Amino acid sequence: MARYILQRLGYMLLTLFLIATFSFFLMKMLPGSPMKAEEKLSEAQLEILYEKYNLDDPVPVQYINYLGNLVQGDLGVSFQLNNQPVTDLLASRIPVSAHLGFQAMILGTILGMLLGLVAAVRNNSWIDYTSNVISVIGISIPSFIFAGLLQYFVGVKLGLLPIAFWEGFKHTIMPTIALAIFPLAIAARFLRTEMIEVLGSDYIVTARAKGVTKGGIMFKHGLRNALIPLVTVMGPMAVSLMTGTLVIEQIFSIPGIGEQFVTSVTTNDFPVIMGTTLFFAFFFILIILVIDILYGIIDPRIRLAGGKD
Amino acid sequence: MDKEKLNKDLFVPAKPDENESEQIQRPNLTYWQDAWRRLKTNKGAIFGLIVIVLIAVMSIIGPHFNDDGVDDQDLGLSKLPPRVQGLESIQWLRLDGTKTETYEAASVDAAKDRIRQRFTQRDDEFITYDVKREGDGSKDSAKVTGYYHIYEAKGLQDEYFWFGTDTLGRDLFTRTWYGTRISLLIAFVAAAIDMLIGVAYGGISGYFGGRTDNVMQRIIEILVGIPNLVVVILMIMILDPGIIAIIIALTITGWTGMARIVRGQVLKLKGQEFVLASRTLGSSHPRILSKHLIPNTLGMIIVNTMFTIPNAIFFEAFLSFIGLGLQPPDASLGTLINDGFKALQINPHIMIFPAIVISLIMIGFNILADGLRDALDPKMRE
Amino acid sequence: MEKILEVNDLHISFDTYGGEVKAVRGVTFDLKKGETLAIVGESGSGKSVTTRALARLIPSPPGRIKQGEILFDGKDLAKLKEKEMQQIRGKDISTIFQDPMTSLNPTMKIGNQIMEGLIKHQKMSRAQAKSRAIELLELVGLPNPTERINQYPHQFSGGQRQRVVIAIALACNPKILIADEPTTALDVTIQAQILELMKDIQKKTESSIIFITHDLGVVANVADRVAVMYAGKIVEIGTVDEIFYNPKHPYTWGLLGSMPTLDSTEDSLIAIPGSPPDMLKPPKGDAFAPRNEYALEIDKEMEPPMFKVSDTHYAATWLLHEYAPDIEPPEAVKRRMKGFAQTGAGESKEGERP
Repeated sequence: MARYILQRLGYMLLTLFLIATFSFFLMKMLPGSPMKAEEKLSEAQLEILYEKYNLDDPVPVQYINYLGNLVQGDLGVSFQLNNQPVTDLLASRIPVSAHLGFQAMILGTILGMLLGLVAAVRNNSWIDYTSNVISVIGISIPSFIFAGLLQYFVGVKLGLLPIAFWEGFKHTIMPTIALAIFPLAIAARFLRTEMIEVLGSDYIVTARAKGVTKGGIMFKHGLRNALIPLVTVMGPMAVSLMTGTLVIEQIFSIPGIGEQFVTSVTTNDFPVIMGTTLFFAFFFILIILVIDILYGIIDPRIRLAGGKD
Repeated sequence: MDKEKLNKDLFVPAKPDENESEQIQRPNLTYWQDAWRRLKTNKGAIFGLIVIVLIAVMSIIGPHFNDDGVDDQDLGLSKLPPRVQGLESIQWLRLDGTKTETYEAASVDAAKDRIRQRFTQRDDEFITYDVKREGDGSKDSAKVTGYYHIYEAKGLQDEYFWFGTDTLGRDLFTRTWYGTRISLLIAFVAAAIDMLIGVAYGGISGYFGGRTDNVMQRIIEILVGIPNLVVVILMIMILDPGIIAIIIALTITGWTGMARIVRGQVLKLKGQEFVLASRTLGSSHPRILSKHLIPNTLGMIIVNTMFTIPNAIFFEAFLSFIGLGLQPPDASLGTLINDGFKALQINPHIMIFPAIVISLIMIGFNILADGLRDALDPKMRE
Repeated sequence: MEKILEVNDLHISFDTYGGEVKAVRGVTFDLKKGETLAIVGESGSGKSVTTRALARLIPSPPGRIKQGEILFDGKDLAKLKEKEMQQIRGKDISTIFQDPMTSLNPTMKIGNQIMEGLIKHQKMSRAQAKSRAIELLELVGLPNPTERINQYPHQFSGGQRQRVVIAIALACNPKILIADEPTTALDVTIQAQILELMKDIQKKTESSIIFITHDLGVVANVADRVAVMYAGKIVEIGTVDEIFYNPKHPYTWGLLGSMPTLDSTEDSLIAIPGSPPDMLKPPKGDAFAPRNEYALEIDKEMEPPMFKVSDTHYAATWLLHEYAPDIEPPEAVKRRMKGFAQTGAGESKEGERP
């Protein structure tokens, strides 16, 4: 197991290194980069940049310096926002996005699991069909369309909830719902399929032959086995939350990392783009790693296989 | 037992009926016939198929339904609500070419004033009112809905914009179907490229195995570790924004899923007897790959491609929505939704129609792909 | 001997998209205390469905008991409510399943899987149940039970898992043990061990066993009585001696003829031609007639009733009717019957049993 985790960490670092390298040379190639688009920068900014990154040095030297700064957690300074260090920007924005993402994840998975469980238990009933329709719609319709509809009908037409900004619980409701629909649909569909499969397996018949009650079959034997593979779809869910925050935060004017990223893209604020990209990559790779390790911990079959290594 | 009723003559050895016990009870179907038979019974999948075909046809002929071009701007015609012949009388459809606004105020007249201001009209000539609640003078006691007949106000009684017009006065019907065409084009091309690269890469990796496979798999592992959102955004930034850039960005990591599936399938198949038999008979590598391995993987390739298409449509729309996609005057469903979103609060119709079309495409492809997966899964074959 | 279970005219159907599949079409038999009844037949003959119905383990829908009764302990199990049935399953009637690789819950320690029934039916505390579980694992011959009780199924071999499955089935000293091909999925050497174990346990616990198999060698080894099933019906039932030395039904002849024996001198086995009928549309008349070289014209018209051969031996074939021509079993089967008589296939004679 330890060897496996080390190997995975190795891959993780390699991937991050590749992304960092790729971003660096991209930065050199792009029109409007610090090398070419001086008119975008004030003298003061240029001075700081030149000083910090030794932009007069040959590219390989700059590259080494860049990696050195990166290892020390220095992602550079923003062009647009008064030379604010990118790390500070990220630090101020991440909590908001994390709050929103966490709330959506919890809401989505819990409701989705309930829906999937009921659909599996009442297989082929009207509630099962309803659940299927909800999953297909949730998986198919992009979250920004949901967000738009919510904003128009609940916010503008009915005036029930604030349509923008981040000033308290009420403001989080609509973005959370818009963001939660995809995880909800995924969890419902996945749990339903798994549960139906598990309930049809031989060991469920064994349990019934023991005289275990319906509840015991459902929860002790069924749900436990059906939940284990659910961990595997958490990766796609995390990614969807990441893409989701980009648009949802923009739609609801939420000061999170996604909103800032979109702004930096439209204003060509490259250090911020690079920093955020690296952060997204790091987050994504970390999630995948955690999921794989978690899977090994909760599934006794994998736990042993890992231990033998 | 009532022996009397039994006919003694029947107690003689039976004449064997020709092959009676070996009768084939069910018709013999090929894999594809069988899959099609099963797909046909899946109502959802057939619905999806019909929706996709209809939308695809509309994306081809839709922009030519009227004389309005994709980029014909006329600010005098801007923000007209949708108006369809014959559907004007069905109120809840809201396709009657009127703008609607409901206000509450202390009195009916005050509410009417606000409605007039909202529609920037001086008199009531083109506005009809529906008084929902008479006021008694207290705050917000009166409620009035006003209908502004904007087509008449602009002297366009004979004009019908089925989906309305956008802020620049362009016909949204033409633009929506044109945008659909671009979105579908991007998705189909991206899915086809994903499929070609993925099948070739996965096929070679799985078939040759050994060190080739090892190296090729390590490369994939690293690529899979990079979130495609990041790659897509970085690629879009280097390339000039446009259709080609989006297709490249989508395919640069998109093929890995297909490659993994094909590799897994080929690895499984190549150890099976029919492949060994073919090899014993001296078949060449390309022949074994193309005649035995790929055809047997085709079902999974098709299903996976069917899931790639809606994914590509979503990513295109997503990129356009955050401003990284197509640039004007190009239009896709994503840019249309983005434009509509900016005007959502006052003119929701600009966003509604492209949003409905993209939702229908996504639902259609997802349920068709689900149905195909069930239909092509040999495990389900009875 | 005291009857512990009586099954009368049991019909079971499955409602599928293609129509009603009549899996079991009127099965009648009884089970005596302490005996082993073997049910043999091809795949799809309805033997598993019949026995699953005894513990009401047929998934419903699509399956349902259409008619008939299952009398046990003064109750008709066919009509009990699910809740009442839960009190009987695992306590009075236990089942051992075919595939030990899939019949254990992969994410539950085997100790907990054994203790589950004990805690429910015997109202034991966890500690009591645990020590009983260790006892049971010893009984079924698993070494180191105190350690193994905390392990998961994947840490056991196939034979060991089947021992665990047997331990689960035995946990509450059931009156009836239904063994659904318990050795089919195992290696031959392990098969013998498991069979010995079951015989051994039966001696200790005096439970009745219904043993389902398609392996006549196993039948000869374990059974007191044998029921032969074909197309959802019992076509012949009798003591093991009667079935092996004096079979009356052509299908039983076919089964015996197709069974390889060590001392057989014939060059080839006799195969039964064709395949079982589609139970979606069971044929008119005798379902076996199309595959039966001894079929009579009446077989195409009417189903044969059960003819009595002796007090314990019945067979459903028109060949036993007084009008029927005198037909002898094929030579090869006769030779085998003699061979069985010499080697004493079913050693336990009916009268000798306590």
